[in-house]
Amino acid sequence: MSSHVKTTINGDAVEFVCANDESLLDVLRNRIGLTGAKEGCGTGDCGACSVILDGRLVCSCLVLGAEMNGKKVETIEGMANGAVLHPLQQHFIDGAALQCGICTPGFLMAAQALLRKNPDPTEEEIRFGLAGNLCRCTGYDKIVRAVQAAAKEMRG
Amino acid sequence: MGEMMRYETPSTAKEAVTLMAKEKGVAFILAGGTDLLVKMKAGMLEPDLVVDIKRIKGMADIKKTASGFSVGAAVPCSALTENAALVKAWPGVVEAANLIGSKQVQGRCTMSGNLCNASPAADSVPALVAAGAKVVIAGPKGNRKLAVEDVPAGVGRTNLKKGEIITAIELPKKLPKSGDAYLRFIPRTEMDIAVVSCGVNLTIDAKGVITKARVALGAVATTVLLVKDAAKAIIGTKLDAEAKAKLAAACSAACKPIDDKRGTIEFRIEVAGVLARRAAETAYARAGGK
Repeated sequence: MSSHVKTTINGDAVEFVCANDESLLDVLRNRIGLTGAKEGCGTGDCGACSVILDGRLVCSCLVLGAEMNGKKVETIEGMANGAVLHPLQQHFIDGAALQCGICTPGFLMAAQALLRKNPDPTEEEIRFGLAGNLCRCTGYDKIVRAVQAAAKEMRG
Repeated sequence: MGEMMRYETPSTAKEAVTLMAKEKGVAFILAGGTDLLVKMKAGMLEPDLVVDIKRIKGMADIKKTASGFSVGAAVPCSALTENAALVKAWPGVVEAANLIGSKQVQGRCTMSGNLCNASPAADSVPALVAAGAKVVIAGPKGNRKLAVEDVPAGVGRTNLKKGEIITAIELPKKLPKSGDAYLRFIPRTEMDIAVVSCGVNLTIDAKGVITKARVALGAVATTVLLVKDAAKAIIGTKLDAEAKAKLAAACSAACKPIDDKRGTIEFRIEVAGVLARRAAETAYARAGGK
């Protein structure tokens, strides 16, 4: 059985039909064509599928597409302002805070959620804030530094 | 996975109860979904019906009531940290609920779901038991309340009857000079499941003597344990070294743990006492004791 859903993704009104047991991640990737969110584990452990749902950071693999009526979803595709990258994106590039890049959209969404709540986090707060995102390439240090640099720039 | 799965979004608890009561197949409540969807994906569960309670009015609200706080069954754990009055009154409960999973998981998971999933290692449950929390249950025969410790019936099983759903968790009003705390042991610093856990809630008098206490242990039996002997060991004391030793001994004595890859029986029994002592120290300091 399926659901007909009207929702908002990155500020745009979106309508889709999905199977009732289909995850938001599968809807984003396979029905909407937003492939920034990645499936790492599919069980909420790796954070590669992180999106912001009604202001809260969630794993889109642990949300049903059918739940999205009237909701606001933010994905990595909505992070840059046109051709201008978000400071977090720019600092991830400048600081080489990625290698293979699979985890990067998830880290960026998690970092954005963190900085909205806490614009001046300590290193420890950043590490706890990003503990739900796994990266097997960087060893995390460059990611933490990129978030610190972006936070500094965003505070002005 | 369930091609035929129906998904319902009732707008009242009564409708949700009717849907759950009438369903002849496998029916589950969806709140945060952080356990349910994982189990569905793994093929452990194939629901015929999923009833999403998040669109029921009031279900996502934290209310201050005459008797304390009412936390709706669909309140995500991260929302608890944003309620200053709740954090002030029950810091142990809020901390416990926000040790569950990652920030992503905390944005969805609920204390009611943590309780109904009925894992012995559920982080919020020992803290809720120590706090003396109750659940409000709506069912085909009307509403009833149960103490949190009476909800789990075993690993993965609850005492809720067919058609019954939890609508809220009620936390009592914080008594003056009271404090609560929750600690767990995990081999990492974050994102892990409790090997042993302990919640303590206590009240002291003007002289710092403990007048009331509740001590609960998690992950050392098939369900959460309310350890009355542990409370007795510290009531009437100022949490001196002797009282703490008796508290630890009572907690260790209450454990009926298993050996598994995360901890041995011996280790769990020992650590239960250590955590109880440390949680009691934090709760005592939060109550204003020195």
